[in-house]
Amino acid sequence: MNLILHVWRQAGANAAGRFERYEARDVSADMSFLEMLDVVNEGLIANGQEPIAFDHDCREGICGMCGMMINGTAHGPMKMTTTCQLHMRSFKDGDELWIEPWRARAFQVVKDLVVDRSAFDRIIQAGGFVSVNTGAPQDANAIPISKQVADDAMDAAACIGCGACVAACPNGSASLFTAAKVSHLGLLPQGQPERYRRALKMVAQMDLEDFGHCTLFGECQEACPKGISIDFIARMNHDYLRAVATQREETAAGGTG
Amino acid sequence: MSWFVNLYRSTIGKKIIMAVTGLIGIGFVLVHMLGNLQVFIGQDKFDAYAAMLHGPLAEVVWGLRIVLIVAVVLHVLMAWQLTQRARAARPVDYRMREPQVSTWASRTMRWGGVLLLVFIVFHILHFTVGVIDPAHAFHETDALGRHDIYGDVVASFRIWWVSAFYIVAMIFLGLHLFHGAWSSLRTLGVAHPSAHPLKRRISAAIAIIVWLGFTLVPLGVIAGIVH
Amino acid sequence: MELKSRVPDGPVAEKWDKRKFDMKLVNPANKRKYTVIVVGSGLAGASAAASMSELGYNVKNFCFQDSPRRAHSIAAQGGINAAKNYPNDGDSIWRLFYDTVKGGDFRSREANVYRLAQVSVQIIDQCVAQGVPFAREYGGLLANRSFGGAQVSRTFYARGQTGQQLLLGAYQALEKEIAKGGVKMYPRTEMLDLIVVDGRARGIVVRDLVTGKIESHLADAVVLGTGGYGNVFYLSTNAKGSNVTAAWRAHKRGAAFANPCYTQIHPTCIPVSGDHQSKLTLMSESLRNDGRVWVPKKAGDTRAPNQIPDAERDYYLERKYPSFGNLSPRDIASRAAKEVCDEGRGVGPGGRGVYLDFADAIRRLGKDKIAERYGNLFEMYERITAENPYEVPMRIYPAVHYTMGGLWVDYNLMSTIPGLHVIGEANFSDHGANRLGASALMQGLADGYFVIPLTIGDYLGSNKLEPVSADHPEVRAAEAAVVERTKRLLSINGKRSVTSFHRELGKLMWEYCGMARTADGLKHALQEIPKLREEFWQNLTIPGTGQELNQSLEHAGRVADFFELAELMCIDALHREESCGGHFRVEHQTPDGEAKRNDEQFAYVAAWEYKGVGEPPVLHKEPLEFENVHLATRSYK
Repeated sequence: MNLILHVWRQAGANAAGRFERYEARDVSADMSFLEMLDVVNEGLIANGQEPIAFDHDCREGICGMCGMMINGTAHGPMKMTTTCQLHMRSFKDGDELWIEPWRARAFQVVKDLVVDRSAFDRIIQAGGFVSVNTGAPQDANAIPISKQVADDAMDAAACIGCGACVAACPNGSASLFTAAKVSHLGLLPQGQPERYRRALKMVAQMDLEDFGHCTLFGECQEACPKGISIDFIARMNHDYLRAVATQREETAAGGTG
Repeated sequence: MSWFVNLYRSTIGKKIIMAVTGLIGIGFVLVHMLGNLQVFIGQDKFDAYAAMLHGPLAEVVWGLRIVLIVAVVLHVLMAWQLTQRARAARPVDYRMREPQVSTWASRTMRWGGVLLLVFIVFHILHFTVGVIDPAHAFHETDALGRHDIYGDVVASFRIWWVSAFYIVAMIFLGLHLFHGAWSSLRTLGVAHPSAHPLKRRISAAIAIIVWLGFTLVPLGVIAGIVH
Repeated sequence: MELKSRVPDGPVAEKWDKRKFDMKLVNPANKRKYTVIVVGSGLAGASAAASMSELGYNVKNFCFQDSPRRAHSIAAQGGINAAKNYPNDGDSIWRLFYDTVKGGDFRSREANVYRLAQVSVQIIDQCVAQGVPFAREYGGLLANRSFGGAQVSRTFYARGQTGQQLLLGAYQALEKEIAKGGVKMYPRTEMLDLIVVDGRARGIVVRDLVTGKIESHLADAVVLGTGGYGNVFYLSTNAKGSNVTAAWRAHKRGAAFANPCYTQIHPTCIPVSGDHQSKLTLMSESLRNDGRVWVPKKAGDTRAPNQIPDAERDYYLERKYPSFGNLSPRDIASRAAKEVCDEGRGVGPGGRGVYLDFADAIRRLGKDKIAERYGNLFEMYERITAENPYEVPMRIYPAVHYTMGGLWVDYNLMSTIPGLHVIGEANFSDHGANRLGASALMQGLADGYFVIPLTIGDYLGSNKLEPVSADHPEVRAAEAAVVERTKRLLSINGKRSVTSFHRELGKLMWEYCGMARTADGLKHALQEIPKLREEFWQNLTIPGTGQELNQSLEHAGRVADFFELAELMCIDALHREESCGGHFRVEHQTPDGEAKRNDEQFAYVAAWEYKGVGEPPVLHKEPLEFENVHLATRSYK
């Protein structure tokens, strides 16, 4: 099949961007979307032009590095699928595709379709962990965890940090990403001691990073390649509200000895 | 009070304020609707109800009014702030962004909300204060010398554009509640997890009841059932 | 160059305890005076960086991806082994040790493997404490599954995303330390050279992939956790960015490269669909628990799989290896698949594929149970191939997956350059000539959480390290070399893209240094590779400049190193006149086609010393002694 692509090209963070039109010829239905772009790039290189920069790594839908808006949909038309796992059989001959980077103030364009998602790392730094050092924890089976809880935690933990939730949200909100981590750790017994503190800190960081708020449009859940439920946002809100209501000033007293 | 300051500053806190004030609004709207429906019982009952609100219950009504005014102000203020924030969160917009699952109701919360605000102002000036008085009936009294709200309602809704404005506004109220009733419980974190979190049966019921309950009055007048 | 393995004396079960006691310690207050560089942020790198920071060291962590969470460990699906014996099926540290040595076809160092089995138990405890959501039984205890090469259930898993969950655990620990200030993270930064001062590794030269800035970072020790080199084959299950550059640069600076020819070909990957193919997708080995592998008995049988009656199917793994059947180790299963395809019995386009059939399992357990176990894998398969594996058997074919070879390290995981430590897949030490399933995650985390944080202290505590200034001639020289090489790559101005070279190199390697190798083929490859390398340096084109994000330039630097590595792999494969594990020499097989080891002459680690581009490398041998697991022919029949 042959396709027409309009790809966002931007030389750098501070450069002006524009759409460029390219033709993708003889595209096989078995190609992944990124393989189609590879072929376009080979053509550009052969003509001495700069190839389209896009982030990608594992190409099996788990590293979370790839992602672009394809005709106004994050990761393209196939549900529960990253861009690298989207195959060209989802398109038909003659289709015209508009390809744009994730757009959010917190996700600055680095080049072309590559954006900076370091805000996500900083949200995790704010509290997305269990504060245990490597050492001698108790036996792994010492605390039984019901299968239901473990499964729910896994549903939340499946987040790959690709940013599609932010990209698809009309408000540019990172609530689904933050909620997934707050919920993954907040569900498990190991995450309980820091549960409310974590919610407080991660939400504060999320706000600091200039993401928008959550209006529960539901677009994030639909865009999420791992199908993470917006119910986790309700859970985060619950933990946050409880954290606000019960928080105490942190003091150093009584800690060291 | 530092907890309230923190809450007020965070996006979730602002949403929580919106949810709480919204729920207050829903409660008010339901009570208001039940009051309105008494119009179908007849002029006597309806004017008596109005007289009771202005007479023996006046202090209570004023208390509730203050709560409502604060709720509306907070609701609008938070909506304004969050809208600004959302705009700032995406300074360069997409050329194309296709909504996938978000409802029309959720996407019209802002403009629909503005319309509702205009409606509320109009409605207060119309039936409560009487500054706007298209039917010239606000200062009429009924046979018992009571303020003839019934007559004002009937006369007003006989004017086509008044009925049209109320009916359109109630459609937006229904849409606003369809999203708001559902999302406020999730914002407050009290909704139970669900396999299909986007389904919203209860809020659909609330939205339809409210829309129908309010719309029946002008329709009743137009149809001549209320006269 | 001398290979001192520094394995402690005494019985194998006591060696690690003995080493831990004998090691020099660094006083807690002094740890913060030391800086350690960790390159790579996968299971090994992230866990090492976090754990060393927890101990008090200043850590600098580098990764080329946009976040440490992207490292390719994330793609591991099936699980992680540990000798917990929760299912009460007779597992023990000793059995895990034994299985791993045997699975590695007796080409690994016993002491390292024993330590790996020992700390495996702690890894699971650690990960659970971090909040890794492993699969659980209804009673609330951890679930186990079985995996290739073992007859006990010792594999812990988190759906089909075990690597992801373990990596996120390590990543979260790393982010915790970044927040505390113990680790400084450098994402989108690639190591391009090692700085060696007075014979010791003292820093690295890196390129900021966004700005193109080349700069040096100095430290007291350097740890490489940079993964394997499977991408030398172009098509592999590795991530597109996985590369050998960090390890190769270290090799060129004096670190011996051990057993480069040991490459693992994974039996269950989705077959190649066309020339556009950019990578191969693995279907977890766990599928072989319930799937049955078969091909038609008759060559050239083009009937649809459902039309072929059972009597005309050859369940060749069950036939040839009755006791392990479909769970035979990876090298054996891969070779068997190649064999039946060579006989013309392969299925699918091009005849390079075999069926992995779940019809029996669905009949036995029901579709729901199968969906629960493998649902996400089935979905992934359907997305890629547009075929529904619940209805039609999957088609699979082997693909390059893991490299057992790597930089040579001693028992303390230090390379032949003092101060340069190598962990995870980047070193050679634990898997011999073949790695068992669910052991890579175990090794990465064992090295990162439990070995390197201790042995690094031994190195720092027992050596007096003089401060090195940024103006030191060696530092300047290393920087200048990187600048020069980058300029050279950009100024070739030829006609061919880097991908076209990479693809061609990969084809050569797959053909002649892949699943089955011959002396003639390897000699042929050794003639072709230098020619292609010449052309690369004369006819490459890279659009753009070095002062910006330039993905072609990054790729070119990596492919340039793959060319040199490819040659070494062929030299190693040619010199090893035996078949063992992932190295199969057609000349050395038993009459029924099984690998034939030559323990008399080749029971050693081949560690190669670099002598210059195109110059023959020098072989150093570390003899392998098997005091606990008796050398035996590996049989899974």
